[in-house]
Amino acid sequence: MKKKNLLTRVIIIAIVTVVGIYLVIGPRRRPNLRDFTWSGIKQTLKSNIHLGLDLQGGSHLVMRVKTEEYLKRLTEEDYTAAQNAAKDAGYEIKGGQANANPGNYRVALQLADPSKATEVKEAVEKKVELGDSNVWSYASSGDTVSWTMTQSAQRTLSDNATTQALNIIDSRINALGIAEPTLQTHGAQSSHQILLQMPGVQDPERVKRILQGESRLELVHVVGPPSPAPATTYPTEMDAIASLGSAGTVPPNRRVLPYQERIEKSAATDPNQQKPKQWVVVELPAIIDGSELRNASAIPAQGGRADDYEINFSLKKTGAEKFGAWTGAHINEYMGVVLNGEVKSIAYIRSQIFDSGQITGRFTKQSAEDLALTLRSGALPAPIEYLEERTVGPSLGQDSIRAGVRASLVGLALVVVFMLFYYRGSGVNAVVALLLNMILMLAGLIVFGATLTLPGIAGIILTIGMAVDSNVLIFERIREELRSGKTVPSAVDLGFDRAFITIIDTHVTTIISSLFLFVFGTGPIRGFAVTLVIGLLVNLFSAVYVSRTIFIWLLSRKKMETLSI
Amino acid sequence: MFQVLHDINLDWLGNRKWFIGISVLLMLAGLGSAIVRQATGRQAFNLGVDFKGGTVVTARFRQKPSDDAIRNALTEKGVRDAVVQPVTDRPDTVLIKVPLEGEGQDGRTKVKEALNTFGGEAAPGTELEADQNASYKIVGTDAVGAIAGAQLRNKAIAVTLAALVGILVYIAARFEWTYGAAAVIAVFHDVLVTLGFFSIFQIEISLNVIAALLTLVGFSVNDTIVVFDRIRENRKLHRRDSLYKITNDSINQTLSRTVITNGLVFLSVLALVLFGGDVLRAFSLALFIGVVFGTYSSIAIASPIMVWWEQRLEAANRETALSFNQPRVMKAAGAAKGAKRSLRDASKPLH
Repeated sequence: MKKKNLLTRVIIIAIVTVVGIYLVIGPRRRPNLRDFTWSGIKQTLKSNIHLGLDLQGGSHLVMRVKTEEYLKRLTEEDYTAAQNAAKDAGYEIKGGQANANPGNYRVALQLADPSKATEVKEAVEKKVELGDSNVWSYASSGDTVSWTMTQSAQRTLSDNATTQALNIIDSRINALGIAEPTLQTHGAQSSHQILLQMPGVQDPERVKRILQGESRLELVHVVGPPSPAPATTYPTEMDAIASLGSAGTVPPNRRVLPYQERIEKSAATDPNQQKPKQWVVVELPAIIDGSELRNASAIPAQGGRADDYEINFSLKKTGAEKFGAWTGAHINEYMGVVLNGEVKSIAYIRSQIFDSGQITGRFTKQSAEDLALTLRSGALPAPIEYLEERTVGPSLGQDSIRAGVRASLVGLALVVVFMLFYYRGSGVNAVVALLLNMILMLAGLIVFGATLTLPGIAGIILTIGMAVDSNVLIFERIREELRSGKTVPSAVDLGFDRAFITIIDTHVTTIISSLFLFVFGTGPIRGFAVTLVIGLLVNLFSAVYVSRTIFIWLLSRKKMETLSI
Repeated sequence: MFQVLHDINLDWLGNRKWFIGISVLLMLAGLGSAIVRQATGRQAFNLGVDFKGGTVVTARFRQKPSDDAIRNALTEKGVRDAVVQPVTDRPDTVLIKVPLEGEGQDGRTKVKEALNTFGGEAAPGTELEADQNASYKIVGTDAVGAIAGAQLRNKAIAVTLAALVGILVYIAARFEWTYGAAAVIAVFHDVLVTLGFFSIFQIEISLNVIAALLTLVGFSVNDTIVVFDRIRENRKLHRRDSLYKITNDSINQTLSRTVITNGLVFLSVLALVLFGGDVLRAFSLALFIGVVFGTYSSIAIASPIMVWWEQRLEAANRETALSFNQPRVMKAAGAAKGAKRSLRDASKPLH
């Protein structure tokens, strides 16, 4: 019976070992002879083991979508629209306000005639989306009617904005041609965070800039007398507001925006010289916005210097119709191109324009190309901010690998030498188990598609420690049994059986705590937990099953009076 | 057979007052360091950017300027309180640590501006060696904002506590809950002592150090379980012996294993401290301290606490057992209701 038992054990171990070795050094395709040369193995090893960004180099970015800004914009837009709708319907509005503090978004209108509250509500809700009772809850008190955004709508809208931002970032990354990116939401559901990992990216600054580009494009009507009078600009924001003649406030159908005029380039002017910042008054709503864009591309500016670029854009059919109709009706009036709330350029309309235009400014080739890319991918619903950035250059990663591997090997060598010296014959047993543990652990990492990180190497070192511990526990127990006068076979049996209970307890405890780390932990902590769990599971096989099989085999060959232990 | 430490017969528990005294002293020293530093306006712990927020730029130079020159260049560009830290095993490399200045501040760009006074950076995608005109290259950046820092900190603490609870529950299920509690107290002690060292010597605490603390938790519990396991076994074999004697015997019986395993782990960690490089330095140090105290605490903290607790429970048991007699008689006399209640009450402290 024992013989048969031994045979099954040997077969199982042989299969596991061969499969394990192949998983580590074998290619994931039909292998050829070249794959088993030294350099071939090295090559395959590299592609089999998935290295973390800290070891292979790359960027890890955590960003947050500022959804509160998105809700704020929505509230302010609805406030303006509500005021206009009430006025259009012939009701007098004394005042009102849009409250937009994180967690509290409210549109309020103050009526000249409080008895008309219901009529105003109906007039407003007919035209503005404030009527959606899933999003806004209506209330009136005294002369004020108000709409407050519900908590659930705030959540839904914020989540939608995050999803939308994720999609836009995805398309920008694709447009940049970044290989093997990982893009996903990050942290708690309501944290509106996005995690982006890019292995081996060389210029994280540029990627960051492009992803952060809001790229909100609007074409607006600049208020003022038509050409040939020059475009109406004001030296300060105060002057611009004063020109509106509404007691220092901006009426709901106007906006005051900053404008940086471009200097006409010629060889004589200093390219770094800038005209002072000015302010203009524009009409709200905009004629069209970036959602109507069909395409955008960077082209060299006409008549400019060699490194002066501008962006050509074309509009979708619906946008072109709107734009055409508007420009046809406003010949000789001034139109502005607004990017992220700043007027980039102002021009008068010479003839009806349908589907294309330019954004001019001080663009270098790359900044023009990057802007065109972000315009094509669409505007982010809200600005994003970076919470965390980790970039590791490939050379730094190599240093870490080298240091980690060197330390592990020194540790391993110490252990091997000691085990052979202290336990002699049985030490061989332990060393075989230890080496098998290493191989199967790597195989496990590969099978589960786990990533090897720097803390992961630390996990390997702890695994080596616990693997040795298992052997020491067993051997010390066998010695104890031998000392108490047991025969060799029964000492071995008892030693394994008794030590096994301890080994199970220590392993399960560590695996339980590692599982917590894996499920709830972040980056490095997770990498540590993964290797540790795989290493310990493997160890139960290598230190107990394999080691015992070797003993059974030794004992089956001849009747032993003494044991080299 | 070549062997160390068998047939040892030491009275470990007899020295428990010394052990616990030393541990309390060490913990107080760490706590004192943290409190005094905090009170005098310095930092209790040297938290890295992972938890405090800020930017660390790793730059490699062709011809490294002196640390002071780099610091001056940074100050000139308006980067205040920057720490310039050389990397001992890479003489051409420095770490530049810039504290957090509000969300959205780009520490890397500022550092780059300052470093440009020493010559240009190697172009994106090229190594320093390949670009003859460049004089430096930023090879790594870690930038963590305030939100992310707080998140990472809370998560690390929550995860560690959750892992400890998991350990407590498992040991309680496999042994007794007193064993589980003693093991967790011992582990907690190890973590506190290690953190105390980190406060006293102001070693930087990063996410990797947290991974090391978790390793030490695993290691210390492992050690404690080996001893407890022996105690459980011996209690079944020698029912007559007192728990005090059984615990001492168990520690002595497992002592050779403790010395060998922990000695080997100690050597491996020493290898890590010596050869692991600067990146792993704080990590290795945490492990190093942890291995020493993890071993110590299984014998000196976990076992005495468990024995003390079990003895108290036994004493309480005996007392309630005595008071059982009264109601039992009463039960026989027909006062079953009152007896049931006091039975339930009496059984309470056991679970």
